[in-house]
Amino acid sequence: MSNSVALSFQNVTKRFGGLTAVDNVNFDIRDNEVFGLIGPNGSGKTTVLDLVSGLLRLSSGKIISYDKKISGKTSAQIARRGVSRTFQLVRMLPTLNVKENIASGGVFGFRRYRRKELDRKVNYMMSQVGLTGKGMLPVTMLTYIDQKRVELARALMSDPKIILLDEWLAGLNPTEMKIGINLISGIRYEGRTVVVVEHHMEAIRSLCDRCIVMNSGQKIAEGKPNEVLNDEQVIAAYLGVDNA
Amino acid sequence: MKHRENYSLNIKRRELYGLIASIFAFGLAATLPLFNTGYALSLGVTIVMYTVLSTSWALFSGPTHYISLATAAFFGIGMYIVGGGLEIYSFPILIAIAGCVGAILAALIGLATLRLSGVYFVIFTLGLSELIRQLVTWAQTTMGTSSGLYVLIDVTESQIYWELLAIAAFVFLIGWCINRSRIGFALKIIGNDEKVARHVGINTAAVKIFLFMISGSIASITGAILAPRWTYIEPTIAFSPMLSFLVVIMALIGGAHRLWGPILGVIPFALCWDFITAKFPNQTALMLGLAFLLIVYAIPHGFAGLGEKYWGKFKHWRDFRV
Repeated sequence: MSNSVALSFQNVTKRFGGLTAVDNVNFDIRDNEVFGLIGPNGSGKTTVLDLVSGLLRLSSGKIISYDKKISGKTSAQIARRGVSRTFQLVRMLPTLNVKENIASGGVFGFRRYRRKELDRKVNYMMSQVGLTGKGMLPVTMLTYIDQKRVELARALMSDPKIILLDEWLAGLNPTEMKIGINLISGIRYEGRTVVVVEHHMEAIRSLCDRCIVMNSGQKIAEGKPNEVLNDEQVIAAYLGVDNA
Repeated sequence: MKHRENYSLNIKRRELYGLIASIFAFGLAATLPLFNTGYALSLGVTIVMYTVLSTSWALFSGPTHYISLATAAFFGIGMYIVGGGLEIYSFPILIAIAGCVGAILAALIGLATLRLSGVYFVIFTLGLSELIRQLVTWAQTTMGTSSGLYVLIDVTESQIYWELLAIAAFVFLIGWCINRSRIGFALKIIGNDEKVARHVGINTAAVKIFLFMISGSIASITGAILAPRWTYIEPTIAFSPMLSFLVVIMALIGGAHRLWGPILGVIPFALCWDFITAKFPNQTALMLGLAFLLIVYAIPHGFAGLGEKYWGKFKHWRDFRV
């Protein structure tokens, strides 16, 4: 694992009117690290990913990626700088087939493929995520796990430096979960930085090098998963103060 | 189930046949003035005019699902450029100017509105046509002596027909090239999910503005070519909102998701429209209403979508019959 910083959050705040969704958050994510963002529902995890990917604008603070400021840039500009993502609710391109859905990630982003090179890359990605033989199917005919695979393959098509996975394992059965964890593990060995938002603590334990815990928009803990998940403040945030 | 690979840039055999058939159809259509210079030619001009306008409209609105009602604005500007500039420049130069002005206006509108969601865009484009009409009316009544302009130039109906047919061929060529290009693929992604499009690195605003410029430019050129046919133009004719609605209806009835879709709507609708306006001039609004109902309830994807649906069923039956 390298020590250079892939993403640096400096006094990041996001307000929606009177609600502060992310409140003066500071942390760094190192290059080639699998980093977890955990916390109860509504704690601001997805908002952090939306701020990184340019879907939302920061109210104050800044986000730096590999020494370059990315906050304030558009989603397309950020994608072209090597940051790609999946969404909490799977977003398919319903009129396109599986191959075209995956190809869409490799034509306009950080790495752009053309013609035969694109076709080769799409076939490679399909084999990587377990979609071999399903290229010509309409995405609407796929199972949920296969739709998630398509979304992951699309995000990986442009060879991003950083990939943001927003509850990618949510809704999967135990067997699919194991497959999913293996897939995500494989991504980090390709030299990418992986940021995962998850509710499955076992997945966080087995995948992440480090993680932060958020509650009500604030960072309440940071460190290795086993340390963080035993933190009293974290237990209180998840279970409620009375039950902790 | 087989699906076409949009991102592949290789010419497929089916597309080659389509290209050859299109060239043949345009060649055949070009012979019309040689056989008839009366009613059939006049109807031919109308059909080709709506083919150009509807197809260029669908180039932008088909994949993006932004319903533009600004066709009349671009069309009217093209007409007025010819009407106002004939004493200074030659007709071909004025057509080129109209194309440039249409593109510039579309870029300005696009910069201001294409970040808006669909409904606001529709209302804005409808309002824009009316605004330009009012501005032209105001300018003519305050600065000139009449509300209209005479377009007196020695151009025959046959010439207008051939010019429009050439523009139609050009529009189909542009559409075919776009469909095979990265921009075409970007448009398909935008039409499916704009948020995903932005996150895969597409500058969605730039792509939409580019297509809107092409569409606006073609509509202005069409207006410029047709100006001599009217002889006398005034804002109520040149910027008629009815034109914008007819273009949208014809494109949707034919099928805006395919390049060849709008023409399937233009031909039957233009013939019916011609019949209704001649025999029942007071019932045109009724026909428009019925056409809208037809689109919404019976053929949401137009004749093209209907044909594809039944072709798919036929292929399924053929493949699985014992």
